[in-house]
Amino acid sequence: MNRPKVTIDGNEAVAYVAHHTNEVIAIYPITPASPMGEWADQWSAEGRTNIWGAVPEVVEMQSEAGAAGAVHGSLQAGALTTTFTASQGLLLKIPNMYKIAGELNSTVFHIASRTVATHALSIFGDHSDVMAARATGFAMLASGSVQEAMDFALIAQAATLEARVPFLHFFDGFRTSHEVDKIEQLTPEDMRAMIDEELVRAHRARALSPDHPFIRGTAQNPDAFFQAREAVNPYYRACPTIVQNVMDKFARLVGRQYHLFDYVGAPDAERVIVLMGSGAETVHETVEYLVARGEKVGVIKVRLYRPFSVEHFIAALPPTVRVIAALDRTKEPGSLGEPLYLDVVAAVTEAVSRGEAPFEAPPRIIGGRYGLSSKEFTPAMVKGVFDEMTKDHPKNHFTVGIHDDVTHTSIAFDPEFSTEDPETVRAVFYGLGSDGTVSANKNSIKIIGEKTDYYAQGYFVYDSKKAGSVTISHLRFGPRPIRSTYLISRANFVACHQFSFLERFDVLKVAEPGATFLLNSPYGPDEVWDHLPRRVQQQIIDKKLRFFVIDAYQIARQTGLGVRINTIMQTCFFAITDILPREEAILSIKESIRKTYGRRGEVIVEKNLAAVDQALDHLSEVRVPDRVTSTFDLRPPVPPEAPEFVQKVTAKLIAGEGDSLPVSAFPPDGTFPSGTARWEKRNIALEIPVWDEDLCIQCGKCVLVCPHAVIRAKIYDPRYLDGAPPTFKSAPARWREFKDMRYTLQVAPEDCTGCSLCVEVCPAKSKSEVRHKAINMEPQPPIRQQERENWDFFLQLPEIDRQALSLAHVKDVQVLEPLFEFSGACAGCGETPYIKLMTQLFGDRALVANATGCSSIYGGNLPTTPWTFNRQGRGPAWSNSLFEDNAEFGLGMRLALDKQAEYARRLLKRLSGTIGDELVEALLTADQSSEAGIQQQRERVALLKERLQGLDSPEARDLLALADALVKKSVWIIGGDGWAYDIGYGGLDHVLASGRNVNLLVLDTEVYSNTGGQMSKATPRGAVAKFAAAGKATPKKDLAMMAMTYGHVYVARVAMGGNDAHTVKAFLEAEAYDGPSLIIAYSHCIAHGYDMAYGMEQQKAAVLTGYWPLFRYNPDRLKEGKNPLQLDSKPPRLPLEKYVYNETRYKMLVHSHPEVAKKLLKLAQEDVRARWRLYEYWAAMPVNGATGKEEKE
Amino acid sequence: MIDLTTSYLGMNLKNPLVVSASPLCEEVDNIRRMEDAGAAAVVLHSLFEEQITLESHELNHHLSHSAESYAEALSYFPDMMNYNLGPEGYLEHIRRVKEAVDIPVIGSLNGVSTGGWITYAKKIEEAGADALELNIYFIPTDPEMTGADVEQMYVDLVRDVTSSVALPVAVKIGPYFSAMANMARRLDRAGAGALVLFNRFYQPDFDLEELEVVPDLDLSRSYELRLRLRWVAILYGRIKADMAVTGGVHTAEDVLKAMMAGARVAMMTSALLIHGIEHLARVRADILQWMEEHEYESIRQMQGSMSQRSVADPAAFERANYMKVLSSYPLHRR
Repeated sequence: MNRPKVTIDGNEAVAYVAHHTNEVIAIYPITPASPMGEWADQWSAEGRTNIWGAVPEVVEMQSEAGAAGAVHGSLQAGALTTTFTASQGLLLKIPNMYKIAGELNSTVFHIASRTVATHALSIFGDHSDVMAARATGFAMLASGSVQEAMDFALIAQAATLEARVPFLHFFDGFRTSHEVDKIEQLTPEDMRAMIDEELVRAHRARALSPDHPFIRGTAQNPDAFFQAREAVNPYYRACPTIVQNVMDKFARLVGRQYHLFDYVGAPDAERVIVLMGSGAETVHETVEYLVARGEKVGVIKVRLYRPFSVEHFIAALPPTVRVIAALDRTKEPGSLGEPLYLDVVAAVTEAVSRGEAPFEAPPRIIGGRYGLSSKEFTPAMVKGVFDEMTKDHPKNHFTVGIHDDVTHTSIAFDPEFSTEDPETVRAVFYGLGSDGTVSANKNSIKIIGEKTDYYAQGYFVYDSKKAGSVTISHLRFGPRPIRSTYLISRANFVACHQFSFLERFDVLKVAEPGATFLLNSPYGPDEVWDHLPRRVQQQIIDKKLRFFVIDAYQIARQTGLGVRINTIMQTCFFAITDILPREEAILSIKESIRKTYGRRGEVIVEKNLAAVDQALDHLSEVRVPDRVTSTFDLRPPVPPEAPEFVQKVTAKLIAGEGDSLPVSAFPPDGTFPSGTARWEKRNIALEIPVWDEDLCIQCGKCVLVCPHAVIRAKIYDPRYLDGAPPTFKSAPARWREFKDMRYTLQVAPEDCTGCSLCVEVCPAKSKSEVRHKAINMEPQPPIRQQERENWDFFLQLPEIDRQALSLAHVKDVQVLEPLFEFSGACAGCGETPYIKLMTQLFGDRALVANATGCSSIYGGNLPTTPWTFNRQGRGPAWSNSLFEDNAEFGLGMRLALDKQAEYARRLLKRLSGTIGDELVEALLTADQSSEAGIQQQRERVALLKERLQGLDSPEARDLLALADALVKKSVWIIGGDGWAYDIGYGGLDHVLASGRNVNLLVLDTEVYSNTGGQMSKATPRGAVAKFAAAGKATPKKDLAMMAMTYGHVYVARVAMGGNDAHTVKAFLEAEAYDGPSLIIAYSHCIAHGYDMAYGMEQQKAAVLTGYWPLFRYNPDRLKEGKNPLQLDSKPPRLPLEKYVYNETRYKMLVHSHPEVAKKLLKLAQEDVRARWRLYEYWAAMPVNGATGKEEKE
Repeated sequence: MIDLTTSYLGMNLKNPLVVSASPLCEEVDNIRRMEDAGAAAVVLHSLFEEQITLESHELNHHLSHSAESYAEALSYFPDMMNYNLGPEGYLEHIRRVKEAVDIPVIGSLNGVSTGGWITYAKKIEEAGADALELNIYFIPTDPEMTGADVEQMYVDLVRDVTSSVALPVAVKIGPYFSAMANMARRLDRAGAGALVLFNRFYQPDFDLEELEVVPDLDLSRSYELRLRLRWVAILYGRIKADMAVTGGVHTAEDVLKAMMAGARVAMMTSALLIHGIEHLARVRADILQWMEEHEYESIRQMQGSMSQRSVADPAAFERANYMKVLSSYPLHRR
């Protein structure tokens, strides 16, 4: 049969089979498995059917635990059911997996294997998740490539129906899940041929049914459980043979033969590596290379890891083997060894002891770890392992790929060793996320995959920053199969799509001699040379590179493509490389433009086609001079004044050289210094705001909304202006209290992302030209240097005494120092202004529990952190536990703080005589409800510490250690709606119920923003989101209302753009309230689909339409006989559509499902009215004879 | 038996009440109600080429923006197979309206590019519209562009479209031509089957607090009818094309005046937005009553009866009449 060749990634390959062979799919987003669920949801939304002609039901659950429950129930009711997940998600499924396996349910869970969070979270790939699930009773089948992922998805599905053992089908997160390969696509006929209908019917017949009732899921006692548990044994014994039979059937049908353990290498190999997953492909490639050079080496690729068949494993090993290295992509601290190693040891030992081993002598077995969290695993490392195996005393429990200078586990390897096929084209592209480089490259792979007989592979390295993010694409094409599951380190084509990267990264490091270099350059072929850093010039000369330039941005501007240079650079790539005849390549690009953009409108197609033609006309080769002429070089990643840790560790990470850091460079417990983002000067803004001091009314709105804390204000004595740089601006402070002081609004030029949110909210317009405001965007490069000096000068100006300010006023809040700055959030982020505000108000005494999500990534993803400290060294202490447990995590902090304070107070009383009654009394009765009160308490604590210094009793030492607990601490539990409304809701609810003094800040973007915009229960009715491709049909959950029903919870719903003063007031009240507080903050988001510069305006529209009513529910008001609920915004004044149809998430439904959109808009409008009436009623309800309404009047 | 029939763009209509392009026409149900209330034809809301282009750009931008940048979120929206972008939704609407009602359905088009005007006109024809109204508005802001340039542009456009489709084509224009009569004749000769007088533009307003320009369109009032009456009256009998009055038609009296000036039909929108679609029935009844009271037999009888060529004082349409208006004003005031 002629099967189609497709160029897709592992997730799509797996989802394709899963969607075809299941009836129910329960999903929940988690990187890197989310795309499987997204594909399934989208296909079902489009009406695509499974092999039985039905559209699978795709349901998103509130968590992976929920998804597992739904899968279990669906299986019990007889449907073919599957799910996709990774990492913590898999861990959440484990309890149910024991049940699902214990009851012998046929199902396949598809896992894009990802690191389980330990000392740090990591989204990248290793086997720590699946290894944590290996005791559940699930069979485990590992695939190592995109083709295998598709094949094994089907093999697992066929096998589970026969074996009745449920399967985990896993493949490496990112390396396989996101690698794009040209593969042969299985057809629905293949799937029908592989899935035995009798077994499907048997699966259904085992289901619960009132028509033939029984019970399952009993509770058993000591008399029964053990025996009953052993009753499953025959199924596990039969399973390996069943899988092999299915693999054989698959081979007959499709032609690709797999085995439970596939051996590759010399038949008489003496050294054999055993491993599974994508790493096995790299070992395979290396083994072929070494065997061709006469080495007696081999590799066993483990396919079916559970049930582990000793018989099949021993049979796969060459009898000549003398040393086996079992490589695990996981770490099990404290164990004798990692799981695969222990299995190999046990298997060989058992076989030897039973006398069934074919070896002359029992082989030596060593184990090692590699590739944790997608750490590179290269042929050089494989060679290093084989070399280690030749030693008389090879290291056991080794690591490879890192330098362990602490416990010296690592083995050495020669990084220069390479097995790259010289006939393979190896191309590396540096791009910006926003310029479309990755899309273009994915497209190029498709073109090459479809138009040539070449094998094709693409892998993409992304940034952990959400604004100005750098992407690096690694593309291979060639006549032979590509098994290189590692990054390209020797490229014969390098493209740099951003000129400024040349100063930031060693772009040409990967270029091999004679390679081609394509640069997107604002300078033409005759002038570009002198604009290159010295290192770049040297490399071009030394490596004899062919050098081409094109001004892609100019063409993009001319053709109306904005900053999207993807088709232009793609055209140049094909024009230079001759992979395809030029004409054919151009035709193919144009064809694919029509395919990609056709459904988005003819005008988009035309512009891209025009760009292709223009690209060819503007591409030029540079005549390379023979000497280096440049006067500048690559910028150091951090300035020389950065602290030591930043210099030694952070700088390496920033420069992309983190792989070279040894183990000793890292803290063993995940502790990192805060305040490091300030050293990472990214210069990503093309334009930055510039202050007009004459026009400015000093309202502070720009400072408040700045998502990256790059606009700051200070009030200071004029004498501090001595020595100011010549362009430093200031104006008389417009405060009655500070009338003789100066005011400066300063921008951090190198940290600004250029979002222009500040300019949009600026209310001060010129009287003679209204478009000129008190701040205006201007090009950054010409003023970078001067503003850098001004910024440095500004920073050293003194901070104002907080006690002199009225914190309830936005105008005063602007001069409070933010302790959250320069985060990696998106330009124009709607979440970070709230976090920043919290740190301005309470940061110097705040503990922050941060749920996993956007905020934990832009807050805590290495290399740097935006959480910082003030001149006194005080600042927010931040930690991220998990996604689901954040409320509980924060509550734990509160419990500890309260306990410590209580103990400190007890000690104070006990030591009162020694310390001084007066001080003790003052400490114990301090009023800390104001800035002044807190300041005074800090002074008392300082005095207390002084007095305790001289005392040597255990109690005094205890009190000294706990003295700081006497100053009021503020616990902030921060996270997104995915946490608060869905996965963490149970915990959040419990923490609210606890009555403890914690502040929960929900940054409500109404979708799972961090994983790419999947629906949550906060998603509004009528919006499109992933997993709600046909529009969300049900209304947003009213979390505020639910919390208010407790009566003792402070609840506020805020929108900074709707009313900034209200936001500030709510934060102050929430913090002051001695009990649980919940602030639900409207956070505009990139996933809403509009220009985020208008985020605040859109927030205003949300309030004016009544979609987002502002209110505060303060239980303290009850004490005064007042209704706790105060409605702070006016009744809906605009129709809802004035708000929703500014956003793509709503509008795209009008395009894709117009009738549904109309219906949902109507319902959503009714929701708004109904909710407003309910709130109004509540706010007007008499409470002890008084009502909120009366009080307001 | 009073005869209300008229003809417009070669179509025989049961009366001169036509609903002009407005958001009301976006709902098939509304159009059914219009027919029930007595509308003789309906002009659908306009298909805006610019909007189609803009929506394409916007959707493309937001589907691509920030995609493929960050490992956990390689996109932010599901990318569907079909977006119903472009004219498809509009054309489908024509088809559904045609199925739903028996009265003639006139498509309305506002293009930007020559190619756009022609392509979309053809599509509207294919979708089954009975006629096409070209909703032309163009603000010539370029100081280098002369009045002649602008006029030629209109004429070319009408010629291009009318020569590309077999449908009768009406042209809806604004009143801002230096030589309206000449312009009307040129459009007539370029192939316009009818002139729809006049378009009402969005007029930007200023928000003094925010110092912002606010695009706004107020509903029409009856007094706006006068400009239309004047020009219909002047043009009546001088051009071949039919004329329709639009803008300021609120009452039966307004309709009657339009007819007497020489219009074939009177178009309403604002009145329906204010009083509801059923207002049409009242207007129709009032027309009948007025005609009965004044012993008119048919609409055709009165069409053009007060056009410039039919009135006693033709100069009344030509002079500014400042003095007279001033002096007569108090008399009209009760």
